[in-house]
Amino acid sequence: MAVQKATPHDSALLHVTGQARYTDDIPLPRGTLHLAFGLSETAAGTITAMDLAEVRAAEGVVSVLTAADLPFANDVSPSIGDEPLLSPGEVRYLGQPLFLVIARSHLAARKAARLASIDYREAKPILTLDEALKAEAFFEPPLFYRRGDAEAALSNSARKIEGSMEIGGQEHFYLEGQAAAAELQEDGIVIHASTQHPSEIQHKVAEALGLPFAAVRVQTRRMGGGFGGKESQGNALAVACAVAARHIGRPTSMRYDRDDDFIITGKRHDLRIRYKAGFDDDGTLQAVSFIHDIRCGWALDLSLPVADRAMLHADNAYFLPNVMITSHRLRTNTQSNTAFRGFGGPQGMVGIERVMDHIAHELRLDPLEVRRRNLYGAAPRNTTHYGQVVEDNIAPALINRLAETSGYEARKAAIELSNDSNPVIKRGIALTPVKFGISFTLTHLNQAGALVHVYSDGSIHLNHGGTEMGQGLNTKVGQVAAAVFGQPLEAVKITATDTGKVPNTSATAASSGSDLNGMACKAACETIRDRLVEFASQHWQQPASAISFTEDGVEIGSEVVAFADLVKAAYMHRVSLSATGFYATPKINWDRLKGQGRPFFYFAYGAAVTEVAIDTLTGENRILRTDILHDCGTSLNPALDIGQIEGGYVQGAGWLTMEELVWDDKGGLRTHAPSTYKIPAASDRPGVFNVALWDAQNNEETIYRSKAVGEPPLMLGISALMALSHAIEQCAPEGPYPSLDAPATPERILRTIAARTGEEW
Amino acid sequence: MGEIRFLLNGLPVTLTDPQPTMTLLDWLREERNLCGTKEGCNEGDCGACTVTLTSLEGDHLAHRAVNACILFMPQLHGRAVRTVEGIASPEGALHPVQQAMIDHHGSQCGFCTPGIVMSLYTAHRDGRQDHDDVLAGNLCRCTGYAPILRAAEAAASEPRPQWELNEAEALVALDITEDTILNGAFIPSSLDSFASWYAEHSDATLVGGATDVGLWVTKSLRELPQTAFLHRLAELQRIETTEAGTTIGAGVSIARLRGWAAGFYPDLAELLRRYGSVQVRNAATIGGNIANGSPIGDAPPALIALGATLTLRRGESRREMPLEDFFVAYGKQDRQPGEFVESIFVPENAQNLRCHKLSKRFDQDISAVCGCFNITVVEDTITAARVAFGGMAATPRRANAVETALVGQPFTEATITAALPAFAEDFTPLSDMRASADYRLQCARNMLRRTFLEISAGTQTRLARRGAA
Repeated sequence: MAVQKATPHDSALLHVTGQARYTDDIPLPRGTLHLAFGLSETAAGTITAMDLAEVRAAEGVVSVLTAADLPFANDVSPSIGDEPLLSPGEVRYLGQPLFLVIARSHLAARKAARLASIDYREAKPILTLDEALKAEAFFEPPLFYRRGDAEAALSNSARKIEGSMEIGGQEHFYLEGQAAAAELQEDGIVIHASTQHPSEIQHKVAEALGLPFAAVRVQTRRMGGGFGGKESQGNALAVACAVAARHIGRPTSMRYDRDDDFIITGKRHDLRIRYKAGFDDDGTLQAVSFIHDIRCGWALDLSLPVADRAMLHADNAYFLPNVMITSHRLRTNTQSNTAFRGFGGPQGMVGIERVMDHIAHELRLDPLEVRRRNLYGAAPRNTTHYGQVVEDNIAPALINRLAETSGYEARKAAIELSNDSNPVIKRGIALTPVKFGISFTLTHLNQAGALVHVYSDGSIHLNHGGTEMGQGLNTKVGQVAAAVFGQPLEAVKITATDTGKVPNTSATAASSGSDLNGMACKAACETIRDRLVEFASQHWQQPASAISFTEDGVEIGSEVVAFADLVKAAYMHRVSLSATGFYATPKINWDRLKGQGRPFFYFAYGAAVTEVAIDTLTGENRILRTDILHDCGTSLNPALDIGQIEGGYVQGAGWLTMEELVWDDKGGLRTHAPSTYKIPAASDRPGVFNVALWDAQNNEETIYRSKAVGEPPLMLGISALMALSHAIEQCAPEGPYPSLDAPATPERILRTIAARTGEEW
Repeated sequence: MGEIRFLLNGLPVTLTDPQPTMTLLDWLREERNLCGTKEGCNEGDCGACTVTLTSLEGDHLAHRAVNACILFMPQLHGRAVRTVEGIASPEGALHPVQQAMIDHHGSQCGFCTPGIVMSLYTAHRDGRQDHDDVLAGNLCRCTGYAPILRAAEAAASEPRPQWELNEAEALVALDITEDTILNGAFIPSSLDSFASWYAEHSDATLVGGATDVGLWVTKSLRELPQTAFLHRLAELQRIETTEAGTTIGAGVSIARLRGWAAGFYPDLAELLRRYGSVQVRNAATIGGNIANGSPIGDAPPALIALGATLTLRRGESRREMPLEDFFVAYGKQDRQPGEFVESIFVPENAQNLRCHKLSKRFDQDISAVCGCFNITVVEDTITAARVAFGGMAATPRRANAVETALVGQPFTEATITAALPAFAEDFTPLSDMRASADYRLQCARNMLRRTFLEISAGTQTRLARRGAA
């Protein structure tokens, strides 16, 4: 069967030969014009005068648009319509698009965009969490998820800790920057976009042009990485291309220069978590309270569900008997933070992992021991704080196996012993688990469609609503189609995502791509297969039960007929060989304001052991070894799944250790290119990197009993942060808890060491 | 009217008066529709645009991975460039690194892949197997690098494919011996003709490897009305060692400088291994690293610690100065109009050179602090000390107070401890996105402590680059 095989990525050959086409590689007609935004240079205020004469006069400029030139909707928001494409007068962050240059080349557009002369009446921007709290700049009133009486249980607890932690944001740094292009048609417009959400682009373009959705067609063959950063952040480019194409009557193309990409688009939400926990002498939690102060940025975007998911993952894999989670969704004059792999879940999870670590420190217990004591277990310790029963709690067994295969206990003892002998280099180790909920929390998004044609030569044309951003979704869905027909993957032609083929799609997000689209594809293929069976049954005079699709061909009674021959015969007998498929995730229901229900179809699990070393003279650090055991159910494609796990781990560790976003006191982003914002490089991968799959099927009826894998492995990177914390603890036998903020840059580490050892500098 | 001649994927190309600051990346994508080479950052930091540049050096071919996004077209003059479209066989058989990348699942989104393939291809052609170094300048956001390294290791054991051509004859056939004058650019073939030209055109921008000037164009969007491209000046690319020391031509690339340093000053070689990436080191020149006067260039602190002197030339006249005197203030060097850095002389004098680079990321990052220590200890007494830092002031600068605190003292922990407060006399560093002022100062002090621990006790004080547990 084509599924459950380690098949290479379907575009691998195109990737390695440079033939894989991304949005900016698509040949466009002669005369295509290029666009660039002119950006605000202040973070808050109103525009009092905008002199664009020099922009218009610049070499190569064809036209310049402002908000006043937009014919219909001036909005690119994915949620509540609060994101103008071009500012109508108010400035909300430094980097906000104010005008749009249309020029003969990309470079000419960029050059001209810097020539504007703009006067602002500047207002005092809200830049920090504390400034936003003080100004009560909330996007919605504080939200509370709770169980029991956390206050009372805290005060009754034998032991208590209290702390606060800052967790930085993260730039997506998809290698392919945002890009789009537009071509007018006689009856509408075609958009090419590097987007995880073609349907939303379709909607925003239609609203901007005053067209029905049906007149806008959006195509996405592949992205050079998405990670959530292309769920909503591509809207502006696509809409800009559309309005400019309409304005000038020519095709248009736009890509952000990398600096613009950093400065304009949103990032992972940074936040502060204030926590209190009460527990027994053995480390069992009695009560915990969290306050999430989340920086949403200037517009709402997807911040509410992101902040919700942070609250939903405040438990990670642990039973919280009494809990109170308060969430402040704060409005600031900075980039509008957006979806990023994990969608708030990682942030929430870091909070409880910090609590586990802090409790262990307080009790002088091994942090793994404290974690084990608090894992979900049998009833009544099997229900989340939002009322969902944890049905397949494999975390305890998975952790046990990983602790054993990684030699956690012996290595920890050896590390603590050897740390005594080196005055400069200290090592640390930590094991952290992941339990991640799979489904969009906005329930209606949990649907998908597919379109499958079988041509009369037996070749299969597959289209589905998901988008390919490198994760191998097309390969997996193609494997599903091939499996249904008993064909090899090569027989399946996977085509660009196209709103004209599969409508009303959800973003490829929430790790749901293969779950949703795989099922929709299977449904479409089975419809066609059922017709073929019915035909074959009549034609060959065999019962349906005697017909099966195998890799050797279609067995019909004692005869084996080639798939292509069966298809040809069916065509000659006027059998429809095209079908749509549809899937809606079962069992889920969710009330986000009450914080009760079953938001997730199931959970995906994993755990990681990370060993690090720190240089106590500078705070520099290395990941020496990482062992991972991760749950993909019955893997659809072990090679692709391991790729997601390795890549997710490194991205998660990068977020928590080295990737630092720095703004100046005017709200200007100072780290806006790879020269200043450092994502992990090749030598930052763990020195030893062992990844294994937990071998058990999904209890729920997912596509071939697999589990989603896009986001969950990112949170395995939390183990790197906790290992650094352990290494810092090793710098002095006594001292305060190493309250290490993230990202744990060398500077933060050295400061935390100083706090631990009492050294002043 | 002038023209440049080069080879593109083995075939000769002649361009008449190209726009001198058009980048190779834009030319490939926009003029040749060779879209396999990608724009990831447009500043030489991500490697998605990596191509192989081949030059004839004497009678041997040198193959170098470089970033096409900050390589100007005139830099191709007389060279061969190969892109990801040009490494499979004419019949379409894949190069071993391409096949290994497929077999080991080394691509996910695929956008960084062409650059990674070209870095690996260049390494494979040269038989290099230090893959962590080879790939330090190629960022990947999807894979976590593990499968790419597996692919690199697998491909390394495969022989070079038979279809791989030797470009030497075709390069000779380009027949470039004379100076080339383009509209807005000069590509001299002899140092003397350049020196006299520059004395007359002192407003021109000099381009060595373009790893800095490239960004003036791609990021600052500056116009450069008059430029000179120095890559054809063989006289600037000499490294000559005598008993007194070594003279290094200003056009020597950082990659070649590192090769030289490996034989004399291992710690300097290690510092230079962390200078940019392979692509950057292959293009960047030591002359450029000095002449641009950056306070955070990595070579000047080490060279100052070594007591290097600089030779400046204008027309036929030359003058020499200690390297530290060249750096007058931020953005200001002791260089007259029409004067250029010709060479650097490094005396043979350091027993214990220690170079410490501190950055947020280990590889391919700009130093927050770069500290270099050349401490001479005779019979347990410090007899001489040259200590220089980058990242601590507006220019690369010596730590005079620290040196004074050390010289004449016994080489003991007490001396080191007593010298620590001197750092605050020497330096008042800035806070910026790389590091805060007090962290910079503390790390500078700790670099001295590290130097002492290493020299006196041989203590292992540095993290293994990538070490097994």
